[in-house]
Amino acid sequence: MVFRQAKWGEKIILEYPSGKPTFVIDEEFISMGREYLSTLPRDTVRKEPPNIPDISEVEVARHFTRLSQMAYGVDTGPVPLGSCTMKYNPKVNEEVASWEEFATIHPYQDEETVQGVLQIIYELQKWLADLTGMDVCTIHPPAGAAGEFAGALMIKKYLIDKGFENKDEMIVPESAHGTNPASAVMAGFRVVKVPADEAGDTDLEAIKAVAGERTAGIMLTNPSTLGLFESRILEIADTIHSVNGLLYYDGANLNGILGIVRPGDMGFDVVHLNLHKTFSTPHGGGGPGGGVLCAKGALKDYIPVPLVDYDGRKYYLNYDIPRTIGRITWFYGNVIPAVKAFMYILALGPAIREVAEIAVLNTNYLMKKLVGLPGVDLIYGKGRWRKHEVVISFDRLHKETGVSAEDVAKALLDRGFHAPTIYFPLIVPEAHMIELTESEPIEMIDAIAEAYREVVKKAYEAPEELKKTPMNTAVGRLDLMLANHPRTVSPTYKLMKERLLGGEPGK
Amino acid sequence: MPHPWIPNSSPEIKKRMMEFLGISDIMELLSDVPSNLILHEPPAVGRGRVLSEYEVVREMRRLASKNRVFKDPPPFIGGGVCYHYVPSLVKALASRAEFYTAYTPYQAEIAQGLLQAIFEYQSLMAELYGVDIVNASMYNGSTAAAEAVRMAVRVKRRRNRVLVAATVHPEVKEVIRTWVWGIGIKIEEFGDVSKGKVSAENLKAKIGDDVAGVYIENPNFFGAIEDELRAIIEVAHEKGALAIVNADPILLGVLEAPGKLGADIVVGDAQPLGLGLNYGGPSAGIFGIKYDRVLLRQLPGRLIGATRTEDGKDLGFAMVLQTREQHIKRERATSNITTNSGLMAVMAAFYVSLLGATGLRKIGEAIAGRTAYALRRLKEAGIEAPALRAHFLKQFPVRVGGDAEAVIKEALAHGVHVGPPLSRFFRNMRGECLVCVTEAHTREDIERLAEVLSQVGGGE
Ligand SMILES: Cc1ncc(COP(=O)(O)O)c(C=O)c1O
Repeated sequence: MVFRQAKWGEKIILEYPSGKPTFVIDEEFISMGREYLSTLPRDTVRKEPPNIPDISEVEVARHFTRLSQMAYGVDTGPVPLGSCTMKYNPKVNEEVASWEEFATIHPYQDEETVQGVLQIIYELQKWLADLTGMDVCTIHPPAGAAGEFAGALMIKKYLIDKGFENKDEMIVPESAHGTNPASAVMAGFRVVKVPADEAGDTDLEAIKAVAGERTAGIMLTNPSTLGLFESRILEIADTIHSVNGLLYYDGANLNGILGIVRPGDMGFDVVHLNLHKTFSTPHGGGGPGGGVLCAKGALKDYIPVPLVDYDGRKYYLNYDIPRTIGRITWFYGNVIPAVKAFMYILALGPAIREVAEIAVLNTNYLMKKLVGLPGVDLIYGKGRWRKHEVVISFDRLHKETGVSAEDVAKALLDRGFHAPTIYFPLIVPEAHMIELTESEPIEMIDAIAEAYREVVKKAYEAPEELKKTPMNTAVGRLDLMLANHPRTVSPTYKLMKERLLGGEPGK
Repeated sequence: MPHPWIPNSSPEIKKRMMEFLGISDIMELLSDVPSNLILHEPPAVGRGRVLSEYEVVREMRRLASKNRVFKDPPPFIGGGVCYHYVPSLVKALASRAEFYTAYTPYQAEIAQGLLQAIFEYQSLMAELYGVDIVNASMYNGSTAAAEAVRMAVRVKRRRNRVLVAATVHPEVKEVIRTWVWGIGIKIEEFGDVSKGKVSAENLKAKIGDDVAGVYIENPNFFGAIEDELRAIIEVAHEKGALAIVNADPILLGVLEAPGKLGADIVVGDAQPLGLGLNYGGPSAGIFGIKYDRVLLRQLPGRLIGATRTEDGKDLGFAMVLQTREQHIKRERATSNITTNSGLMAVMAAFYVSLLGATGLRKIGEAIAGRTAYALRRLKEAGIEAPALRAHFLKQFPVRVGGDAEAVIKEALAHGVHVGPPLSRFFRNMRGECLVCVTEAHTREDIERLAEVLSQVGGGE
């Protein structure tokens, strides 16, 4: 595929020459405002204006449009980042969610004036409870990690209520997403790691060995980050429950089992979902996300407040959750993504299962095309079908040619594809974690496979050429030493002038 | 069930792919799932069938019509977020698909434009708040505050108490309490809401050597300017505590930057900077620090830095200091955050770029003028405004008399929406509510506000 990314030598916005007329603010109250501000204590008013140039609207429009041309999203091409579920973001969802009836309502408006949005949230929560097999779901957490943190707090509070203050250990597989151990620690747990067995399942014997009096629970992703379904999930659930522990389900990527299997039926007590992955809401170049938290049985009473609820007559914000952990965020979570996710499910209805089936079909189709390539291996679970994603290892390629997983990724960029997630999960050396989702047409999957074949071939023939990639992107490889060095690290324009460009170490 | 969002769902393609895999049914790919767990019926979600786009839009119109948009006048509701105008350019640029359909910029070379835009957000916010470093965003102002409190305790290792001004947004207080509960940090308040603001004396009465941080908002929940901010920060520093200041970014063209007053950590919610109301979310949390190695090591969240290409020719941008983050440090990370508010952050950058320093000053003055005018008109109409003694900006409490909750409903029937009622948060403030005025309110809007509030409710 031919690909040349735009390259604009765009100045940093703070370097634009100042002195242009800026966005019009009407004059009517300006002098009254100045007068009022002059009555404030001197200490409280600004003396020096911020160093932000005055630029015209035209220049701002052009600057950021040019920057956008040096970015790459799902609408540009495939973004097969594993664990990120970068599917197509339906345009109708974007348009409708931007209507004033959603974008211009205040969180403290009288409930009678926001019945529409409350109904949407309520129905979405019901559908998600149905899809997960849980008793209740809430859109309160702003993202997945916030959901994990909230879920871990629920587990902690529940166990304390049950008299298990001593339960301070959270079991987390080594293949887990980094947010899992980080969230457990934020909630005050100690993390106990368990490895994967050769088949790629979480090692049941290892779980049995560490499960005991101090076990609060286990945080599991199923299918795992290796894309494998934990076939002994019911035994894992029994093991944890038998020591009075709870099961937490990381459902960020439900894409491989949506409408086919449900975490609630697998024995999970608390679940989080990411609307910005499985339910098609855009990732926005980093966010905003939309987290969902679901609970079953007694854990229902611990979810964050408020919960959007229905009393048979009207929708309302329910603050009466008996043992709630409290608020994870102000207001009610990220509502706009919830509106988009609602529309996604509304449009698909029963076809939601097709999403999972095709996502799984796509994964295995690509896997079969890649496993035969020289230097490429599946480290875990050879011979098993994958679900939402597959992790391949370039360890052998690296040893034989010196070409690393990163080099392969950069060579993919040159061919017009975003690279997959690399070096994750940590248990797979030189990993590429690939997730196509249901959105990629067969021709695109064939093209990705062909790009891999070419790159691997090149690795054996002319490895040094791959070290020079990428060349078709806006810039070539970046100096990450310089970027991170204590003397030159420059996370703002101000520091960049002093440090990266000035060569002066900071104070 | 074929669907255009699922290109390979056509029966012919499915068949071709299955043949390649040597299977005759997709469910064979799920043969390792215990069979008793497989659902036999598709879940009853949506409307039980595939809907066309126009059917979806029709249904959404029906639901949207049950939300009331206050247009004329715009809402006067305060309490953390207020109605501000969102410039068309901000919306247009935010709908560039290269931005909004992108993931976090993990592959820097193909994401330079996005990285530069986030770097510019960080840089613009640092200028506005008077600090050296701002991260790539937190979820919103409330979680930024909670993360700041946790960070203060990590920085001041043997200290375990954090003092929060009584005048802080009550929901932010709740968020902070939730976020620290699991690790046993003690949260205590200083000052007294009935004074409208807190003082350095209030802080002195509560602070000790075990205090890791002091958290304060400016303007505070009531819209009052915390005019002893400098002295409060000094008291915190004298006792070796970090000062965390939350400031409203739209007012920083006229109010002193918290960094200049000595704050160690600054936070804020970017909602006023062209992000819209969104029924409370999403927004973006601003999080900044002065340059200090210890603070930098404990900073939560993603950070974009400037660097050069390996050949030294071009300037470029990349994620930096990732060793603080969950994907590298896992259980030893400074936070679990990964998805943040990227698009909202770059929208804030579009907004601030569009206004420039001059526009930011003028919008602050425009809001100050409306605050003064609204207070005057309400007083003239016989309403106690402000209901607390302090200097107010953008928001202020008014005494509407009787039961504020009921008065708000009555005013609403006349198309004027004020709130929230303060009784919702403070038991002894039954007759008060908040009012917020911004650049988007006209003289007529403010006159209408005074007229309606003087007609409804009233009386003690
Ligand atoms: C498996 C998994 N768990 C948790 C998360 C965290 O979700 P979020 O980024 O929304 O915080 C992610 C995504 O980043 C994920 O892929």
